[in-house]
Amino acid sequence: MLRIKGLRASIGDKEILNGIDLEINPGEVHAIMGPNGSGKSTLASVLAGREDYEVTAGSIEYKGADLLEKAPEERAAEGIFLAFQYPVEIPGVTTINFLKTAVNEIRKYNGQNPLDAAQFLKLVREKAKLVNMNDSLLKRALNEGFSGGEKKRNEIFQMAVMEPTLAILDETDSGLDIDALRIVSEGVNKLRSPERSTIVVTHYQRLLDYIVPDFVHVLYKGRIVKSGPKELALELEEKGYDWIKKEAADVV
Amino acid sequence: MKENTVLKDLLAEDFAHRETLANGQAKSSSFQQRKNAFQQFETLGFPTPRNEEWKYSNVKNLVNESYSFNRPAHLTEADLAALSIPDLVGNIIYFVNGVYQPGLSNLVSPAEQVLISPLREAWKTHPDLLASYFNKLAKNEEEAFTALNTAFADEGLFIHVPEGKVVEQPVILRFVSDARGENTGCMSRVVVAVEKTAQVKFVESFRTIGDGKVFTNMVTEISVAPSANVEYYKVQIESGNTHHIGTTQVRMLDRSQFYAATVTLEGGFVRNNLNIELDGQYCEAHMYGLYLPDGKQHIDNHTLADHRQPNSYSNELYKGVLLDQSVGVFNGKVFVRPDAQKTNAYQSCKNVVLSPGAKMNTKPQLEIFADDVKCSHGTTTGQLDDEALFYLRSRGIPKKEALGLLMFAFCEDVLSNIRIEPIREHLEKIVARKLNAEEE
Repeated sequence: MLRIKGLRASIGDKEILNGIDLEINPGEVHAIMGPNGSGKSTLASVLAGREDYEVTAGSIEYKGADLLEKAPEERAAEGIFLAFQYPVEIPGVTTINFLKTAVNEIRKYNGQNPLDAAQFLKLVREKAKLVNMNDSLLKRALNEGFSGGEKKRNEIFQMAVMEPTLAILDETDSGLDIDALRIVSEGVNKLRSPERSTIVVTHYQRLLDYIVPDFVHVLYKGRIVKSGPKELALELEEKGYDWIKKEAADVV
Repeated sequence: MKENTVLKDLLAEDFAHRETLANGQAKSSSFQQRKNAFQQFETLGFPTPRNEEWKYSNVKNLVNESYSFNRPAHLTEADLAALSIPDLVGNIIYFVNGVYQPGLSNLVSPAEQVLISPLREAWKTHPDLLASYFNKLAKNEEEAFTALNTAFADEGLFIHVPEGKVVEQPVILRFVSDARGENTGCMSRVVVAVEKTAQVKFVESFRTIGDGKVFTNMVTEISVAPSANVEYYKVQIESGNTHHIGTTQVRMLDRSQFYAATVTLEGGFVRNNLNIELDGQYCEAHMYGLYLPDGKQHIDNHTLADHRQPNSYSNELYKGVLLDQSVGVFNGKVFVRPDAQKTNAYQSCKNVVLSPGAKMNTKPQLEIFADDVKCSHGTTTGQLDDEALFYLRSRGIPKKEALGLLMFAFCEDVLSNIRIEPIREHLEKIVARKLNAEEE
């Protein structure tokens, strides 16, 4: 589904991704871990098409086509969803209107008729239940004055509505208490299916207790320095990142 | 500066003519006030950018043109259809080229709730009542355009809401300039008096027909008695050949509330002065503004919250989206006089400049002479938030639509404060259309 080869990306003069290779097949959950500043969020942003980053080398193939050519909205319409680390507050746009516009723009892109008000409401109700999203939040301006937990829940709610084929969760666990973490994770798990893949970007292992990955990759200084099964996350939890840094230094 | 201009000479001639027409009335006290005002206008002369209040707004293109004032005009069915606002119910009063149009106007509120009377008639039917409010707030000695309006105040409207009355239907003043074939000047005076505990909503809407040059010079005086409540909306959708200079002068007494929104969607050169004297305790004043200039339009809003007594509150939010080579000006003054302890005064002006050729001049001006007050002000001028744009696009909303959505939301922050629904919806439609058409 997704094939990243030799990906390098920079912001300004600073190179952040330093040659990433990663392949993700349908149905797989990959965790990307690593110390602060290792490039995890940059990778997530580059996949979603954030224009602040310049891709200087390498390629990303998604569903057999060149992803880097596509605008963020085209990537979304083709099933890529980024749950933001810091969801943006947008005063004056209600969550519900925003979501309706988004859903119908994606349907238009894919040659489908727009959902009418009743169909849309049914979809929203069903998905809101999935993440215990309060109806009153939907009528409020997008993320405005939402608590940290509400914002993250809103991300997962949007993900449930969009039903992406590749979901990227960027530090979704940061700022969540245990209850919120559990609700958000349950939401993610309910969406798991053999066709859908997930990238979980996280600093800590605790999210991976709830969303169990098939593979764990450790990103350090813009490269994947170690990959392994889910047990790698536990090892990192126990031993920290220092041994990885040391190993990486030895290789160089 | 006192140099003569084409317009000034023309006005002097016109005023002399009016004086002869006034005939027996010329000795009346109200005409005497007008005569004094004309002298004040002649002394002050039209402002130039050397005047600090007119630093960013130069009227040079106005003052060397000639205009035909209060020119009779006839609106066709098609003209009226183009001006109509869907579902709007209320007291609708038309002025064309500054002249009251009884045939187009329609009053629905019962006479005991509110007196709505053209000035010419009100001077006959309620001379003392009108005299106690006419020209009581206007600052003829400070502002040439105000003095000019006072001098020419034959036409206009008097709105009087007696004590304790709640005017259920809004009062909607529609000023239409018909500039087909000729340069047109419009001067009308609006005098509003809202007595104790009374309530009224009123709208001044300005539109133009035709491509001739238009000079609109308005003064509105609003007296808000203790515990009265007034909502005031000024809506401007005028042609690019229009010079509109308007002053709204408000005086509030104890525990009164005044709520204003000024929305300027189209115009050539616009200068709005909104001056509020909070001359009582526990008053509450709200000022909202929105302006969307494009092309070479110039839109200038000067506001004043003048806190003269303790314990009052004022809040102001002005927003602008500037396109093409347009220019915006915001000057927001807040005065807190020595007696006005425990004042709360807030001001914010936010602008989005969408084109490198557009320019916004903002000048917040706080002068605080009391020590126990809470005041804040902030102005921002910038581009749209890239982070918000990326967020919307990452959810599948194309760039053009996402920009439209963000700009509309930016404007909606002000539009949502318009509490006459058909007017709000009408403006929302025009704003959405304008933003979508502009942003390619």
